[in-house]
Amino acid sequence: MTWNSPAEFFAMGGYALYVWGSFGVTALALLMEPFLVRHRRSAILRSLRRERLAEELDQQ
Amino acid sequence: MNNRLINWFKFASPQSFYPLAGRMIPWFWALTAAFGVAGLWISFFVAPTDAQQGEGYRIIFIHVPASWMSMFIYCIMAGWAGLGLVFNTRLSGMMASALAPTGALMAFLSLWTGALWGKPMWGAWWVWDARLTSELILFFLYIGFIALQAAIDDPRRADKAGAILALVGVVNVPIIYFSVKWWNTLHQGSTINLTKAPSMAQTMLWGMLLMALCFWMYSIAVALMRARAIILERETHTEWVKQLDEVKS
Repeated sequence: MTWNSPAEFFAMGGYALYVWGSFGVTALALLMEPFLVRHRRSAILRSLRRERLAEELDQQ
Repeated sequence: MNNRLINWFKFASPQSFYPLAGRMIPWFWALTAAFGVAGLWISFFVAPTDAQQGEGYRIIFIHVPASWMSMFIYCIMAGWAGLGLVFNTRLSGMMASALAPTGALMAFLSLWTGALWGKPMWGAWWVWDARLTSELILFFLYIGFIALQAAIDDPRRADKAGAILALVGVVNVPIIYFSVKWWNTLHQGSTINLTKAPSMAQTMLWGMLLMALCFWMYSIAVALMRARAIILERETHTEWVKQLDEVKS
């Protein structure tokens, strides 16, 4: 194991800003994207349901 | 032989692709998580400190996979776009549109992690080096593809215009790949190539390959999710969409 303590791990041998800046932004981006896609899906589903309801009301 | 051909074209219709993609997505997410956990474990706890770059080199574990994906996704996107032009199938254009934002994100991450790696190692966030510049052009090609499609109201015409842009832009991918060979660049040569043994420690190599697999699975999962949303958006007025359980409830 390379690390003797958690502090040493987070310090990344003096490269903390660069290493955590890279991994942090990547993690954030890869978490945000599926969230945005899910949002897009629920938006279209909502409008599809509304349309269906409107059609049913028309028929009555 | 004939049966096989028919089977392939069966999944080329949005109606049969939609449920198939829905069944595959959870598996790709599970693989993303599995490869991600294993890859990160090796990246941070197994791979040794680099002799020259200390701990700073650990950026490689996301920089290289993101850069690979940005190029792979572009090729696959252009492939779908080309299929759409040749066969005029509806699904092809939808797949190309579904891949573009993920590819753009990968190109952005490649540039971002590259900047954060370049600063401590070269002393500059950015240089107009052949590798960096061609990757920036790739990012702009993705943005151009997305913007062009968004600017055309008719989805089928947007697909065709986008397809031509994607196919012309494909010339940039080998330029990125070979840039470190063709020109004297500040960017280091490829760590892994097809003709030589990899020039890095075994554990580092495994970490990188696992992270690359994680990015692959992620890209497939998120692109399939987006493709399903696009199918619903474009097939709004078809009977099969109206009969879907998620629409009826």
